[in-house]
Amino acid sequence: MLKLGVPSKGRLMEQTFDWFADRGISLARTGSDREYAGAVTGVDGVELVLLSAGEIPRELAAGRIHLGVTGSDLVREKLAAWQTKVESLALMGFGHADLILAVPKFWLDVETLSDLDAAAAAFRAAHGHRLRIATKYHRLVRDYLRHHGVADYQLVDSQGATEGTVKNGTAEAIADITSTGETLRANHLKILGEDPIHASQANLFRSLTAAWGEAELASLAQITGKVAAAA
Amino acid sequence: MPDRAAIRDEAHRIRRVFEAAGAEPFEGAILQPADTLLDLYGEDIRGRAYVTADPLRGEQMLRPDFTVSVVQAHMESGRDTGRYAYSGLIFRQQDEHPERPSEYFQTGLEIFGGDPAEADAEVFAAISAQLDGLPVRAVTGDIGVLIAAVEGLETSAIRKAALRRHLWRPERFKALLARYSAGTDLDALRGGLLARVRAGEDVLAGAGPEIGLRSQAEVMARLDRLVADAAEPPIPAEQVALLDRILRLRGAAWAMAAPLRELAGVIPSLAEAAARMEARLAALEARGIDLDTLEFEGSFGRTTLEYYDGFVFGFLVDGQRPDNWPPVASGGRYDAMTRVLGNGRGAPAVGGVIRPEQVLKLREAQC
Repeated sequence: MLKLGVPSKGRLMEQTFDWFADRGISLARTGSDREYAGAVTGVDGVELVLLSAGEIPRELAAGRIHLGVTGSDLVREKLAAWQTKVESLALMGFGHADLILAVPKFWLDVETLSDLDAAAAAFRAAHGHRLRIATKYHRLVRDYLRHHGVADYQLVDSQGATEGTVKNGTAEAIADITSTGETLRANHLKILGEDPIHASQANLFRSLTAAWGEAELASLAQITGKVAAAA
Repeated sequence: MPDRAAIRDEAHRIRRVFEAAGAEPFEGAILQPADTLLDLYGEDIRGRAYVTADPLRGEQMLRPDFTVSVVQAHMESGRDTGRYAYSGLIFRQQDEHPERPSEYFQTGLEIFGGDPAEADAEVFAAISAQLDGLPVRAVTGDIGVLIAAVEGLETSAIRKAALRRHLWRPERFKALLARYSAGTDLDALRGGLLARVRAGEDVLAGAGPEIGLRSQAEVMARLDRLVADAAEPPIPAEQVALLDRILRLRGAAWAMAAPLRELAGVIPSLAEAAARMEARLAALEARGIDLDTLEFEGSFGRTTLEYYDGFVFGFLVDGQRPDNWPPVASGGRYDAMTRVLGNGRGAPAVGGVIRPEQVLKLREAQC
């Protein structure tokens, strides 16, 4: 049986159901509203597993599900060396969100990563500690800043209301997901640089660690056939 | 594959050889306060070391090396000179390289104080002697030469400090050097902002509220620095070309001091670096190191953890590229780090480590 993990609630679940429906695969929750069980029609041998979107990367990496729908940001953040554990079969065109770096708007001297680096060096000399960046995307932000040679910063964990951390004095800058930028403006922050740290969207991922028997491979072929036909 | 007990015994055996030659035994804690390591290495160390939480002591790290705790212990002792040997496990996360071990034995020797050339040669010779007869070759470098070259550039102290800060990040170093030497119109890049600052306009009025710890005064101070920087003439092309030449120097170590002396005609500060190199080579030769087989690479040691600031060396298996992990042994001089960990008080310091597992593997392969 091929196990397909999809988000268990909200818009992400609805959009996932719609995306599969457009490709002739019907996913539905069964039983009561509170029961996380589902049914799949249109392809054979597929079991629907309803999960929190944030847990899907882990389940894929552990091989407990064969396919899963989740954001590319979550896969990159939660899985070390993610390319060795999952591969993307399709970009699904929804769930768009950019992970960006933002600094106070009045930092007129900081427009690029090079500026941020220079400002961080001066900040550390003046304040005796490294410039704090609040985020919950530690791996993505750290890799990005290392790649661009930014030093003298520290990441502080923020699991919510990240845009408010600067005003509250717990960080000097933030790295967070933004879809519109309105919350940033309301909190007197501006986005740094032209390209986001990561432009995320929902992907259909395939686990490279799950047990792929003949039956699962046959189901996978049916699914990828329908996905390709609709492309 | 040597078993763990054999690796442990080899680690301790080499340590006792260092002790017999006059080093004190050092034993450090496995759990280290994360703050110290983060301040020293930056946030990147989180991706490479194991972090654990202690409800009372805060974040702790499983030691990613011994050097930091040796330096701390020595600086706290208040002594001018010291010689320490240690052996034990260190821990490194290997997210990107699952094939590498995440805990392994190291045996090391660290020397504080004394004549720098002598100490460099002593550490190198002590480690070299343990690898005698194995199919390894030694590669050396000298971060001090790069630092001297940067200090000698005809440019502002701010630009020199920025270049020096990024010596260990080759990409950013290259980008900075390109910008400082191109004569780019920095005013245009910032859309006229610098001209407004120059004219004394209150550019921060209406720029948004002052939020967070970084103050308006700090923003203005940096804008003033940018204005000054925009007026700075480009670094002369011949000096940039020379830095490039130094980074690409490759060959027998004994043949390197002469070209450095010659380059000192363009950047005078290199004369001192050349003299240090000559003194070191003489000290190495006096300890019986065959200079003919000692290689030098101008860029060696630039991509390791960023604390080496002088002589650097690595022992590689024949055929192994310097950027290939792991070297059989490696080390270098880190005077600046002692000032950071010694709260301003510094000491000349040099050290190196051997990976006993690699030594045993090479010996087994020879049988």
